[in-house]
Amino acid sequence: MDDASPSGPAIGPQAIESGGGTWKFPAARPLRLDSGATLSPLEIGYKTYGVLNETKSNAVLVCHALTGDQHAASPHPITGKPGWWDRVIGPGLPLDTDRYFVIATNVVGGCMGSTGPGSTNPETGEPYGLSFPMITIADMVRAQAMLIDALGIETLFAVVGGSMGGMQVLQWAADYPEKLFSAVCIASAARHSAQNIAFHEVGRQAIMADPDWQGGAYEKAGVSPSKGLAVARMAAHITYLSEAALQRKFGRELRRDGLSWGFDADFQVESYLRHQGASFVDRFDANSYLYITRALDYFDLAASHDGILAQAFQKARGVRFMVLSFSSDWLYSTAESRDIVRALNAAGCRASFVEIETDKGHDAFFLDEPQLDATLRGFISSAAQARGLA
Amino acid sequence: MTVIREDFREILRLVRPGARVLDVGCEDGELLELLTREKRVDGQGLEISPEGVAACLAKGLAVVQGDGDRDLDHFPTRSFDYAILSKTLQQMREPRHVLSELLRIADQAIVSVPNFGHWRMRLSLMTRGRMPETRALPDPWWSTPNIHLCTLRDFTDLCEDLDLRIDACAALTNGKPARAIDPVKGLENWRSESALFLLSRRAEDRPDAVPTDLFGEVALPKAEAPARPKRRGKSKAAEQPDLL
Repeated sequence: MDDASPSGPAIGPQAIESGGGTWKFPAARPLRLDSGATLSPLEIGYKTYGVLNETKSNAVLVCHALTGDQHAASPHPITGKPGWWDRVIGPGLPLDTDRYFVIATNVVGGCMGSTGPGSTNPETGEPYGLSFPMITIADMVRAQAMLIDALGIETLFAVVGGSMGGMQVLQWAADYPEKLFSAVCIASAARHSAQNIAFHEVGRQAIMADPDWQGGAYEKAGVSPSKGLAVARMAAHITYLSEAALQRKFGRELRRDGLSWGFDADFQVESYLRHQGASFVDRFDANSYLYITRALDYFDLAASHDGILAQAFQKARGVRFMVLSFSSDWLYSTAESRDIVRALNAAGCRASFVEIETDKGHDAFFLDEPQLDATLRGFISSAAQARGLA
Repeated sequence: MTVIREDFREILRLVRPGARVLDVGCEDGELLELLTREKRVDGQGLEISPEGVAACLAKGLAVVQGDGDRDLDHFPTRSFDYAILSKTLQQMREPRHVLSELLRIADQAIVSVPNFGHWRMRLSLMTRGRMPETRALPDPWWSTPNIHLCTLRDFTDLCEDLDLRIDACAALTNGKPARAIDPVKGLENWRSESALFLLSRRAEDRPDAVPTDLFGEVALPKAEAPARPKRRGKSKAAEQPDLL
């Protein structure tokens, strides 16, 4: 589409190959949100790996989880750590960048280049803060679809994501089935459970209870609610691990000989969580955390389809689905994945499902899990064959 | 060229091109791959072992990891043309439930069962006085996965009980070509090592019902034909002494 061109310098194929940046949509192309509000101008931070082929048929969209971003297979610009999925994306890896053009975007509402609560509100010239509109998983997907469109890609060979990324995958299948060839949903759910919402509420309350949160206007005040955000991260991090993994990693191990008889971090597990919290605040924005957790809580794919999940997939019969879960994941359990598979079956979709045996909990999809890699590889390469990419 | 298992060859003959097929206990997907290649079916596997699932995925097949005993309940009614259960019915915890589920999910079921009434079984039991260990059922009683063994007569009785129609039946003996049989005949209960059944719900009005001579030789009695056992113990076949 003509009006999809960026407001900045025109981004041709050369720019795409060069690995991404920030796509700036003109003000005339706002993002229409589920809440009824619009977001304009819209910016999408994205990264690409590999080369888009002549027919533009080898594009894979990778969707990130709650605190992830577009730096899926390249070092993170703030932490310098390797990309969150560089085990999976790269030459010769399951998402083989010698064969596929992998696109990763930062979700709308995020803090790594896409328009979010930390962006400047054009009406006030100040950071949005709480004046940022509420966003949903469908809004994130709509923004991604705008970018894919702008890149001139009609059909994605695959859309792949874990956790919140998996929800985006399901939303893609519901909203843009004609633009998908295959879809991989890992360790995810078609809706947030009461327990999921409860944990998020703890995190949000921790942020909002931090006096430095300043009603969301902390940037203007020159402060940051790092304590609250760190606590939110600590609570959430527990949900990403299984009890067995925590026990195996830390047990009751102490940091030094004997107890301190105080409230220092005596136990290794305490020290680990404190570290997780402290390092998180360097790379993540507290308001983004509020908005994105809310988007997750609001997610209920069946609700927007007369309460019947299968109806969400009614038009996705041409899409090849792969659903994966981890046996020790209690955040988004195997039962949730099975519900998705049943709905896909009921809708007459072509679906595969595997539960991977692991004690690593929800986070297993980031970790060295050979069966995950093998399953992904098998599914993707056979889909590639069917797509004529072999 | 790989050798096609004899029961697979028969299933291949039975399945309509382009049909929607569910293979329960599809293992490494060999049958589904064959059906996809030869009959262009829209196939779906159900397999419990992670190795089997991985093998299916590598073949590009759609496969759901699950248990035939538990997970059939979640497939929608009449979502397939055929549900295939080859050689695992006797390993199910509730074969009766599984069989009726297969015919809820699909219009027709293709089921194969080893025949415990085969003469080798009977002879072995009679002479050795121990649970038979044969070519078809090689495991000792304490480690066999086959927990619900039956004879052909038992199986046709169950079909009767569930009001299922036997559209076709073939006897399979290791390595030999399949032989169309009337499974109700007492002699077949002696000489068939295992049998493959094509079943459908009898109560249904099915204008598109497949002809009953799918195996080319024996025209099976129609559903209402007098030769069919109407109820256990009352039919002509059941009145015949099984010992011949």
